[in-house]
Amino acid sequence: MKAPPAQPLVTLIDAGAQFGSTVALSGVSLSLQRGDRLALVGANGSGKTTLLRLLHGLLPAPHARGMRHAHALHPEGRAAVAAMVFQRPFLLNLPVHWNVQLGLWLHGVPTALRRTRTEQALARVGLASLAKRPARSLSGGQQQRLALARAWALQPDILFLDEPTASLDPNAKREVEDLMADFARDGVTLVFSTHNLGQAKRLATRMAYLEAGRLVVERPVREFFESPGLPEQAQLFLKGELPWIT
Amino acid sequence: MSVITESLSTALQMLTQGDERLLHTVGLSLQVSGRACVLGGLLGLAAGAALAVTRFAGQSVVVGLVNTLLALPSVVVGLLVYLLLSRQGPLGSWGLLFTPAAMVVAQSILVVPLVAALSRRLLLSALAEGGDQLRSLGAGRFTTALVLLVHDRLAVLTLLLTAFGRAIAEVGAVMIVGGNIAGITRVMTTTIALETSKGDLPLALALGLVLLAVVAVLNAGVALLTLRGARQGVVGAEAMA
Repeated sequence: MKAPPAQPLVTLIDAGAQFGSTVALSGVSLSLQRGDRLALVGANGSGKTTLLRLLHGLLPAPHARGMRHAHALHPEGRAAVAAMVFQRPFLLNLPVHWNVQLGLWLHGVPTALRRTRTEQALARVGLASLAKRPARSLSGGQQQRLALARAWALQPDILFLDEPTASLDPNAKREVEDLMADFARDGVTLVFSTHNLGQAKRLATRMAYLEAGRLVVERPVREFFESPGLPEQAQLFLKGELPWIT
Repeated sequence: MSVITESLSTALQMLTQGDERLLHTVGLSLQVSGRACVLGGLLGLAAGAALAVTRFAGQSVVVGLVNTLLALPSVVVGLLVYLLLSRQGPLGSWGLLFTPAAMVVAQSILVVPLVAALSRRLLLSALAEGGDQLRSLGAGRFTTALVLLVHDRLAVLTLLLTAFGRAIAEVGAVMIVGGNIAGITRVMTTTIALETSKGDLPLALALGLVLLAVVAVLNAGVALLTLRGARQGVVGAEAMA
């Protein structure tokens, strides 16, 4: 007997976003399956961050258009848990461990579990020894790892990341990429925006190219870089980013 | 000149010897303004948070009104509270007029707009920085405001100290609703006004010195908190670099 197709975690149908008279995103249809690793690429202002916020359900009703479905997981029978890591993480003026515990408290995790999950999350990103340090005294790379710990502690099914390595030095960038790969191996669905096509190639299974608020093309990463038939705008973008691609 | 030096000398004597009347007046002042600061501070923070995180029709009018009330004259507050609490007033049956409780109410009303307007600005700035990230963690609007107030607690404390400074230094409202009754509702500012008019300068001067000292301590507290906040900011900025 043929297995039924897997239920997507999130689906967008003809979705968009508008801020005043500015259309930030329009006509986007997309679905995310368990284990997908989708990289969003495009120029500044192309709508990557807006798409991430829309997928995460962060855009309030007056701005969001179209349909967004966050499906129940089967066979788990619960809604998918999503978390997001931002380009510049907002950390509270509190010790490192409190920043993780706060996320768990906001998610309604019982008190008894919070401490264990915080310790596990900090150990996972290599910050266990800094648990009592003020979060804002950490280096940029450590702050981003703390943001990843805060997201991972929620045990997300989907993790959205908005240019997570944009302002980091090469070492910190590699550490964050390693953690993202780790999370993906655990079965977490990743959706991340990036200007770094090498990073997209290393981490993603699918690529989506956005331009002026429209999703121009979305396909498996190998096809995106190697197969013919890529829309002209995306080809031009790749040529700009990767001059060796002809 | 001799009147001033004589008065100053007697005032210092009263302070060093712990004059009972002086201590009672100082104690009552601190008690009334402290309670007003807690009550007005809580109401002001709640109002500031509500104005920062909610959107409703006529919001800009309300914000404009709150900002206007920053310059609210204390005698006007005193008059309004007097009208409310006087026997013929709507709350006259509570019997609060000419009691310390009435003074607390008046001073609370005085500090609410200050705390509301400043906390709203504080929260708007914090929301721009981290509002989305807290919402992505599952925080509702008011939880976000609460978390951000904890995050900016040094600024909130500075704000409350400023409110306390405004409350303890005002004279008009407490004079009207307290009645300046010796031993019951006579606070530092009203005593200074009364004793000066009577020509009893030593007590007025002694209280003036205490009032100045209280304000100086508050200012030092605010300066320390600001310095501490700035240092944390510098450490954070250095870490980000």
